[in-house]
Amino acid sequence: MPLLWTLTIILVLGAVGYVLGRRKAIASAGGDTRLLHSLPGYYGANAMILTVVPALLVLAVWLIVQPLVIERSVTSLIPATTVEEIGSRSLVMTEVRRLAEGIDTAIEVGALTTGDARALSTEFTDIRARLGEVGVALGSDVTPQVLVAAQEYRAMKATGQAIMTGVVLVLAGLGLAFAYARTHQEFRARNAVEYAILSILLLASTIAILTTVGIVLSMLFETFNFFELYPWREFFFGLEWRPSFEGGSDLGLIPLLWGTLYISVIALLVSVPIGLFAAIYLAEYASRRLRSVAKPLIEILAGIPTIVYGLFALITVGPLLRDYFAEPLGLGQSSSSVMTAGIVMGIMLIPFVSSLSDDIINSVPQSLRDGSYGLGATQSETVKQVILPAALPGIVGAILLAASRAIGETMIVVLGAGAAAKLSLNPFEAMTTVTVKIVGQLTGDTNFESPEALVAFALGLTLFVITLGLNVLALYIVRKYREQYE
Amino acid sequence: MTDATATAAPRPHGAGSLLAQDERTRRRNKAEARFRAYGLSAVIIGILALVLLLVSILSNGLSSFRQTFITFPVMLQAERLDPEGNRNPAEMAEVTTFGYLPILAQAFVEHVESLGIEHDVGLRDMAAMISDEAPAQLRARVLANPDLIGQTIEVEVLAGGRIDGFFKGRVTLASAERDRNVTPAQLVLAQALAEEGSMETRFNWSFVTAPDASGQRPEAAGLGVAIVGSFYMMLVVLALALPIGVAASIYLEEFAPKNRFTDLIEVNISNLAAVPSIVFGILGLATFINFAGLPQSAPIVGGLVLTLMTLPTIIIATRASLRAVPPSIREAALGLGASRMQSVFHHVMPLAAPGILTGTIIGLAQALGETAPLLLIGMVAFVREFPAAPPEGLFDAASALPVQVYSWTQRSDPAFVERASGAIIVLLVFLIIMNAVAVILRRRFERRW
Repeated sequence: MPLLWTLTIILVLGAVGYVLGRRKAIASAGGDTRLLHSLPGYYGANAMILTVVPALLVLAVWLIVQPLVIERSVTSLIPATTVEEIGSRSLVMTEVRRLAEGIDTAIEVGALTTGDARALSTEFTDIRARLGEVGVALGSDVTPQVLVAAQEYRAMKATGQAIMTGVVLVLAGLGLAFAYARTHQEFRARNAVEYAILSILLLASTIAILTTVGIVLSMLFETFNFFELYPWREFFFGLEWRPSFEGGSDLGLIPLLWGTLYISVIALLVSVPIGLFAAIYLAEYASRRLRSVAKPLIEILAGIPTIVYGLFALITVGPLLRDYFAEPLGLGQSSSSVMTAGIVMGIMLIPFVSSLSDDIINSVPQSLRDGSYGLGATQSETVKQVILPAALPGIVGAILLAASRAIGETMIVVLGAGAAAKLSLNPFEAMTTVTVKIVGQLTGDTNFESPEALVAFALGLTLFVITLGLNVLALYIVRKYREQYE
Repeated sequence: MTDATATAAPRPHGAGSLLAQDERTRRRNKAEARFRAYGLSAVIIGILALVLLLVSILSNGLSSFRQTFITFPVMLQAERLDPEGNRNPAEMAEVTTFGYLPILAQAFVEHVESLGIEHDVGLRDMAAMISDEAPAQLRARVLANPDLIGQTIEVEVLAGGRIDGFFKGRVTLASAERDRNVTPAQLVLAQALAEEGSMETRFNWSFVTAPDASGQRPEAAGLGVAIVGSFYMMLVVLALALPIGVAASIYLEEFAPKNRFTDLIEVNISNLAAVPSIVFGILGLATFINFAGLPQSAPIVGGLVLTLMTLPTIIIATRASLRAVPPSIREAALGLGASRMQSVFHHVMPLAAPGILTGTIIGLAQALGETAPLLLIGMVAFVREFPAAPPEGLFDAASALPVQVYSWTQRSDPAFVERASGAIIVLLVFLIIMNAVAVILRRRFERRW
């Protein structure tokens, strides 16, 4: 039975449960709903939840576990010689799965009967040609071993599916019966339903944790795989980045990190003064009207997707810098450069710095300003000598957050910084960053067993650790600072 | 006192006239004016950067909505297009686009002759002025309506990318000298045809509706598949992120006890909001594609990744709007005998709904513009077929708007730069609409307590 049908039946059972539960509750109170503990709908909902939720949970777990179990037992059927012939175990399994699915499709369209499928043998039929007729393309000719494995795969899958459908439907039925039996005038249906809803809410809020765990685990595993193929010392301290897909590549982190930091520093040199001065001006000097126009305008910059900044760097800023600065000064002919990416990224970060600093400056108590003015200080003296020192921790936090943004930014550097990994001081030269290389190593067809692809996960983990550290530090500082004036 | 008189040269501060500023006051006032000017110029630089960004994109991209078309009559010869003579589309489909190419080229040459335009363009170069996409379009039109065969019909075909560039000012006679793909003579002929009215540049809907085209035919490339793909991903994000985000916020804001576990959730949410987007791409690649075996370039995978990215935004916005509902509402509900769950779902939620909706739309807008994670899950693939209708279509290959911009920037023909900027304009229009809806919702329904 297809999955969709199982699902539909469960949902229909749930609806039936709702009606039955509600009806029985009302009947138990002799038709007077005032005698019930909860509103009648809650009795129905209780029956529905008990019918649907356990069944669906089991279904979900089964769907995740079954392929893993089948995979493992089928893999053990394949002799080592076949594995050597085809290349790797995972390739053989792909082949097996393809063949099994192909046979299923053939049965579906009627090219094979179920009996034919069972009796298939490599000696008498050209399976590849026969499946080709029904539109299933196989990579290579079918060997007997693969056929045996595929038949076993199909058989296990079919039994698994049948058992699963049975178990799930019985569970739904049991849930329904249990809920129906429990439904009675005195039963606290609302409490039961609300408990279930609360669990769902709790489950939803753990997604955040699951995501973090998923991020860390997915990168950690592949990073371990990478360090088995490539020495970690050379990754962290290598001064050369020269991947070659024939093997023997140099995958040193240092040049990428250098490019990342160089670009981030330029971006901060652009964004911090502009953002900070803009925040000071808007918070301390600007008239209400100017503020109401200028603040949203600057914040639009924050809403623009980074790909737009990337294109801006590629078609406008890059050529501009090349034609008016780099070439006349004899510093390079490349339009993608550290400077291009840095300046554009700086523009992107202006609203980030300015709105965070704005909040922080506004939260400095007015009494500090008044005291300073009372002593005869001018506005700028008040800002420089009273407000900024008071707001400094918060501003440092904002700058750290901006730095973490800059380090993790991808599209601007992909389009604006270039792809050559270099350790150079010339800001008009093309350099590359960690994020550019992650994109570079993982886009297109990649073989996840080569160090050249796996290095991307190690790079990702490095990036994650750096940005996480900066974020935690920044949040800590900002929080500490907030407490100071609250 | 003698000492004092000896050093009395500088007047004590503040002893001067009120009307004339002394040196120090002047200096301080100057510093004040300078500081103010720095602040103002920072604001102006910020706004200028915005203007420059928009002007650069608009000036490069607006022309992609216009396209040059050539109009001329074509005699559809039956013996070449339908050798069997049955007008049966299945048989006629055996004539490939290569069968239509000479017919179009010949008709074009004859048309130029009939107009009496003097030119020195070779036959080959004349055929090259028509887009490579044109025979395929003519073939589709004929197959859809076999009765056209044997008639002479007016066709309107795309001009080649360089000819189109000439009318948009991207290609000039001087640049054509150095260009291997176009000759100045072709441009002169194009100019003459335009004066005769056979060639015109006008608004081109197919930029928004047509699928992508290969690297040699920038004139035919469109955003259709990308828009559909982005739309599907937004559907997935909306269907998952909104309920999960709202449920999580309700738990954290209304029910969560203050303990280590909820602290952990809080820290996680604020950190996830700041994790670089590319890391989510790695997560998607490792879990959804490599582990769960979902197909590459599918909107469902993109949607899942973007959901995880958007969740923190939605949770933060929802919590803020839940917090803005005054406690008196909850207390009144509880006082009338509602349970806590009932007070939240029947009273607090409806009042917080506008804020939640605004936050969701802003989160969606963010997700719509996100590019980096989609690159890793294979959305850069060249896709020409429109995905099927959902739910199956969610598993078909598709592109996405921002990724389309990226893949166009990676192609060599400069006409694709114009296309990429045009795609950005479409993207920005969608973003402006979404943000405007969010602002209107907020203005219309926001309640101050």
